[in-house]
Amino acid sequence: MVNKEQGQGMSGKSDIRKDEERWHEEVKDLAEIRERFITTSSEEIDPLYTPTSLDGFDYLRDLGFPGEYPYTRGVYKNMYRGRMWTMRMFAGFGTAEDTNERFKYLLEHGQTGLSTAFDLPTLYGYDSDAPDSIGEVGRCGVAVSSLEDMEILFDGITLDQVSTSMTINGPAAIVLAFYAAMAEKQGIALDKLSGTTQNDILKEYIAQKEFIFPPAPSMRLITDTVEFCAHDMPRWHPISISGYHIREAGSTAVQELAFTLADGFAYVEDALERGLDIDEFAPRLSFFFNAHNDFFEEIAKYRAARRIYARRMKEKYRAKNPRSLLMRFHTQTAGCSLTAQQPENNIVRVTIQALAGVLGGTQSLHTNSMDETLALPSDKAAKVALRTQQIIAHESGVVNTIDPLAGSYFIESLTDKMESEAEEYFERIEKLGGVIPAIEKGFFQQEIARAAYRYQKEFDSDERVIVGVNRFVEEDEKIEIPILEITEEMHERQVTRLRALRERRDEDGVKEALAEVRRVCSGTENVMPFLIEAAKAYCTLGEIVDVMREVFGTYREPSMF
Amino acid sequence: MVENKIRILVAKPGLDGHDRGAKVVAAALRDAGMEVIYTGLRQTPEMVVNAAVQEDVDVIALSILSGAHMTHFPAVLELMREHGIADEVLLTGGGIIPDEDIEALMEQGTGRLFGPGTNTGDIIAYIRDWNESRP
Repeated sequence: MVNKEQGQGMSGKSDIRKDEERWHEEVKDLAEIRERFITTSSEEIDPLYTPTSLDGFDYLRDLGFPGEYPYTRGVYKNMYRGRMWTMRMFAGFGTAEDTNERFKYLLEHGQTGLSTAFDLPTLYGYDSDAPDSIGEVGRCGVAVSSLEDMEILFDGITLDQVSTSMTINGPAAIVLAFYAAMAEKQGIALDKLSGTTQNDILKEYIAQKEFIFPPAPSMRLITDTVEFCAHDMPRWHPISISGYHIREAGSTAVQELAFTLADGFAYVEDALERGLDIDEFAPRLSFFFNAHNDFFEEIAKYRAARRIYARRMKEKYRAKNPRSLLMRFHTQTAGCSLTAQQPENNIVRVTIQALAGVLGGTQSLHTNSMDETLALPSDKAAKVALRTQQIIAHESGVVNTIDPLAGSYFIESLTDKMESEAEEYFERIEKLGGVIPAIEKGFFQQEIARAAYRYQKEFDSDERVIVGVNRFVEEDEKIEIPILEITEEMHERQVTRLRALRERRDEDGVKEALAEVRRVCSGTENVMPFLIEAAKAYCTLGEIVDVMREVFGTYREPSMF
Repeated sequence: MVENKIRILVAKPGLDGHDRGAKVVAAALRDAGMEVIYTGLRQTPEMVVNAAVQEDVDVIALSILSGAHMTHFPAVLELMREHGIADEVLLTGGGIIPDEDIEALMEQGTGRLFGPGTNTGDIIAYIRDWNESRP
């Protein structure tokens, strides 16, 4: 990389600039195959990047070394040479037994961490037999209504040997309490448990829309888990601040970056207001990003994310522990990029996206299965997706050197641009009064909806080509991949078990535990220890959430498009 | 020239929070000159049909990506029949719906259902054609 005017016998910037002008003059009349060359986020890209694209670039200030401030090149000193990313496939469907089998199948095939998808009723805090659950039990994930379901879900899996991620938000504190109660019952100390609860309610209001309570009590529950984990579950990541769903909802890469970081800083500020010390909780905050189709845009996004985060944590929040400055993140390939048409093509899309995640320095990765626009993944499709990661890890050679694209004129200028555009968004959010007021005004939702509509229009007009969908289409295509079916029998099995549990358990213990939850929710004590007691008394998820709904109220969003 | 705009209710039934498609389609229908009412999330079939009756719509469009389509579409259809609007109001929609389920639902009386990768122009054309062919 040429940075200084006086290199050793190298050309200076003014020479380059002159030559570059000449080159631009020569190419400007050449015909181009497209009117605009745009990224997945509709950003126009220049034909060429050169040293002049990086005016003011300073290696030590802007990149530094891996594992060193500002962590642009990665959060660990030796990155994948020291430890491969965790291959963590998101899985969950039907009943706890069905998903337990899938977990074991994935572990047998070399997966290195677990990741749980819950069904919609669970995500909204309804029991499987609640009227609101009709038609949804076990469909988008596994149904977990009580500690008993959790025990079946992890049956035969040694909790202190595997890290477990759980995608749960509105009722995250309760599900974490189920997990903790299960460990305690098995005699495993809480400080041996490692894993993550997604527990990111802000992006629910912004994008995924699986919220239950209003913002203030939701933030309180989250900060309770942050505080509880800081003291009792030091190996647990209490929150995974997620851009994934923001992107899936149609945002641009910069919006994903900016909104996710803004959410992260909102959690930091809430915990600081609670009186926690930044270095006590920040090392356990984690992030979760999307890997979409546009290879370089994605890589630049991850690099910019690490740098912005480290700078803010150090300069604004005065973190002193270097571990507080590290943005560790999980990546999932973009579900919304997959096509129902010619689904095998999705394997190729996922490969490109996964490669971007790896070149961007992710700590863990989920690769989507080719059949995910049709149904939940079948065993075979999930295995191919896992094998994709293994091929990148062991055959492609990209792990041999750290942050191999650093110094690319294009990558560095894209990284800088995304950082400055994210900063502009932070200012706009600040002007709206912060993240929660901006949510209540519908700011994020409208920004995302606008970007999604623009993307659709580019597709509708054929400016944006999706292979197999608006170009290279196969008429009368028959889909020939096996599809996972969720049966009524799974639903019935789940409801029968739940009803039997209600018959069997000690009702007085249940009432007492729920009364305690009510008392604590109405006050300011940390709810976590009381939720763990309620879990052990086999109070159901729905019963606990009902109590919380009565105390906290519910949230309805402004509907706009 | 005064033209009667097609009135269309775009709804998200059930617990599914994936509203990207619903919002994109709503915006496209609006830009195509239709009168769009978007219900927002978490609608029960009753809420959907009540809104359709109240707003006197021509079309109900449901967006379901959670896999619960075999529950929600038939429930809305039945309520439409109960309210006596099944003959004049079109029930259409889209989402992650396997082909054989689409066939089954259309047999029960829904209109066309659209999957991922649909050009919004096709949806607009379908609704206009339906409107013009109405008795």
